[in-house]
Amino acid sequence: MEKINFDQLQEELYHEKLPNGLNVYILPKKGFNKTYATFTTKYGSVDNTFVPLGKTEFVKVPDGIAHFLEHKLFEKEDGDVFQQFSKQGASANAFTSFTRTAYLFSSTSDVEKNLETLIDFVQEPYFSEKTVEKEKGIIGQEITMYDDNPDWRLYFGLIENLYEKHPVNIDIAGTIESISHITKDWLYECYNTFYHPSNMLLFIVGPVNPEGIMNQVKANQAKKDYQEMPEIKRQFEEEPLHAAKKKQVMQMNVQTSKCLVGIKALHVDQQGNEMLKNELTMNVLLDLLFGKSSANYNQLYDDGLVDDTFSYDYTQEQGFGFAMVGGDTSDPEQLAARLKDMLMAAKSAGSISEDQLERAKKKKIGAFLRAVNSPEYIANQFTRYAFNEMNLFDVVPTLENISLQDIQSLAQEMISEERISVCQVVPKGK
Amino acid sequence: MIAVSEKITEMPGYKLHVIETDKYKTNTIVWRMKAPLDKENVTKRALLPHVLQSSSAKYPTTTALRSYLDELYGATLYVDLAKKGEYHIISFLIEIANEKFLSDPSPLLRKGFELLTEILTNPHKSGSGFEPGTIEKEKRTLKQRIQSVYDDKMRYSNVRLIEEMCKGEPYALQVNGEAEDVEAITPENLYEYYQHAFSEDEMDLYVVGDVKEEEVKSFASELLKFENRTPKDTNGRESNQKENVHEVKENQDVKQGKLNIGYRTNIKYGDPDYFALQVFNGIFGGFSHSKLFINVREKASLAYYAASRLESHKGLMMVMSGIDNNNYDQAVKIINEQMEAMKKGDFSDEELTQTKAVIRNQILETIDTSRGLLELLYHNVVAHTEINLDAWLTGMENATKEEIVAVADKISLDTIYFLTGTEAGK
Repeated sequence: MEKINFDQLQEELYHEKLPNGLNVYILPKKGFNKTYATFTTKYGSVDNTFVPLGKTEFVKVPDGIAHFLEHKLFEKEDGDVFQQFSKQGASANAFTSFTRTAYLFSSTSDVEKNLETLIDFVQEPYFSEKTVEKEKGIIGQEITMYDDNPDWRLYFGLIENLYEKHPVNIDIAGTIESISHITKDWLYECYNTFYHPSNMLLFIVGPVNPEGIMNQVKANQAKKDYQEMPEIKRQFEEEPLHAAKKKQVMQMNVQTSKCLVGIKALHVDQQGNEMLKNELTMNVLLDLLFGKSSANYNQLYDDGLVDDTFSYDYTQEQGFGFAMVGGDTSDPEQLAARLKDMLMAAKSAGSISEDQLERAKKKKIGAFLRAVNSPEYIANQFTRYAFNEMNLFDVVPTLENISLQDIQSLAQEMISEERISVCQVVPKGK
Repeated sequence: MIAVSEKITEMPGYKLHVIETDKYKTNTIVWRMKAPLDKENVTKRALLPHVLQSSSAKYPTTTALRSYLDELYGATLYVDLAKKGEYHIISFLIEIANEKFLSDPSPLLRKGFELLTEILTNPHKSGSGFEPGTIEKEKRTLKQRIQSVYDDKMRYSNVRLIEEMCKGEPYALQVNGEAEDVEAITPENLYEYYQHAFSEDEMDLYVVGDVKEEEVKSFASELLKFENRTPKDTNGRESNQKENVHEVKENQDVKQGKLNIGYRTNIKYGDPDYFALQVFNGIFGGFSHSKLFINVREKASLAYYAASRLESHKGLMMVMSGIDNNNYDQAVKIINEQMEAMKKGDFSDEELTQTKAVIRNQILETIDTSRGLLELLYHNVVAHTEINLDAWLTGMENATKEEIVAVADKISLDTIYFLTGTEAGK
């Protein structure tokens, strides 16, 4: 077990890679009541074309299956794992993103027992035809719930605009039609391919004794007979650099219009420090352009084009990435035009000063301190970073090293008319 | 024993609450103001904190103020409005880095206090009112904020349930005020209300973090001084109980129906049976092992979510579930059956133990975050009680099956609200 110290943050992290390939990380947090643990596989909604374990040909699986699998893993022959956790005073949950599926619990007592339950339930699937059918009703209602949610529709609408081939353009939960094709055999095929320990990461954060916890995990894994796993083969169609669609307008049952402008990212093949630097630089750039202290934000607010729902965000993963900015608006056309102008103007050098950059970096450093108050943030983000060969605790030093030159060249390169797209939700009949 | 020590000091016009802990890398400062909910002032109260946080005399534009916050290592400043029982509560929240985790060691806590003081007591004025441009912008945003509830159907259906259920009671007022009352607000009458609120509201200052009580006290007594007052109380028992169950169906263009059911628990925070009510809610619908989740979702496959929650100071319990438009009768029937089962004491010792364990866990987790801790502690301000967290945990632990059944007997179904797709409405 290696121990890594982060002196400035006064944190220490313990790590070991087990013989079966599982990466285990433990971050002791004194003073907290809660222990939070996530067990995550590098498998999400975009992994829909791959060579199943033991086979040689690529298959394409039904949309929404990674998320369906996440639901079904909680069900066992003798009942529901939620019950087991709550008997042990824990609360359990799971989520599926584009690139990850995470199972988690938090508890303030019986941590060892709950950890054992977490590892075992994820590593002992039980799928049956009957329970698969029953789940279709429940997930069907989850899908319908999102269908009525204008912010979700807007977000996915924009991704559809940006991406033509890449499966990031498919809703994580799939559709009622696509999940109707899911069978227990499909679930086992996905499970066997993606849930090998060498494709997973276990993170435990809380008032724990790292040696004891690590020994427990090792003993648990030593009892299980995992064969060495060949490398997983995923397939993605070639994706053009430009946005697939310039614009989409959706009519919905709303009273307030919404508008998001997106930029399709470049360099989505990056990993490690290069990716960390790129991602943080992009985040600082967006803060400078659209943060509450920016001239742009204040002009838009003064002109009545945005309100407090206005936000911006950058996402980058292997194979896809996008920046988004926008929110509720009284005039979606004008807001789209203004945001596009502001983005294009940011390409020209000299619009950002050293002082502004220093402030923006301070703001990000403070935000990072706030974030690491949260065990959830640490576990989930650490895992995401690790799957992309980055280290969460490199954030502050990397931020400190961003120069004005970095910001300007990224703006110059990234912002480009043919990679920009607009998505709007407007009231029906307008 | 849980190690939370809340040190309370009477200050001029407010109470100071200091919670010293070295758990966090930031310090949190929260200013709360509480007054009875009423139609006349609710919209002004909803606007006021947004006006105050947008600029001040020293930082006369949002850009100036927000740039200063960025400079303070991205200190956050935001405001929040809440209804607790028949009270309307305004919060100002500042979270600021603890410099011991930064490479730059200049102290930040005092700056946080100075900033709060500036926001609360030195607003951007013009003549005898607030700066008119700010008022115009914030009125526009407030209207949009009120309107946007309609677009979030989960929230909308909850608001509609409360409107229908509590018609004629102050609790039916919306937390962000009433759209039709925004226009009449002027820079002058809002300024008058601002002075009124700071002289009559019950005010509390909370500071959580790796701080020294003495230092916090000296900052507070130097910077924040107000007139003493006797806070206004509501009579607190305004409740229009109905003879019959009120059933409301509303048609809209939605794919998923939203079923929201309101009950009167007739029990409030501070009542002797409040802890038994917490356990009741846990067995009935609070968690993923509860009767609602198991029967509506897991057994009948009708919903993705089916849960209940309490409003502790008003004495309400709300059930919410998203279901297919055609499954209304079946869902209502199943939910009613679960309530009947509770009234008959039809729950096992295992369900009881399990629920207590999960609630205990939930409370301990809540106090791991500074905001969660403040929410729990603030209950005592609203209810004028002095229940510490140990008493809370013990009270819940000791709740017996008989007490829970007695609680169930006090609970009455009041209103069933269903937001349904146009197809089913035809």
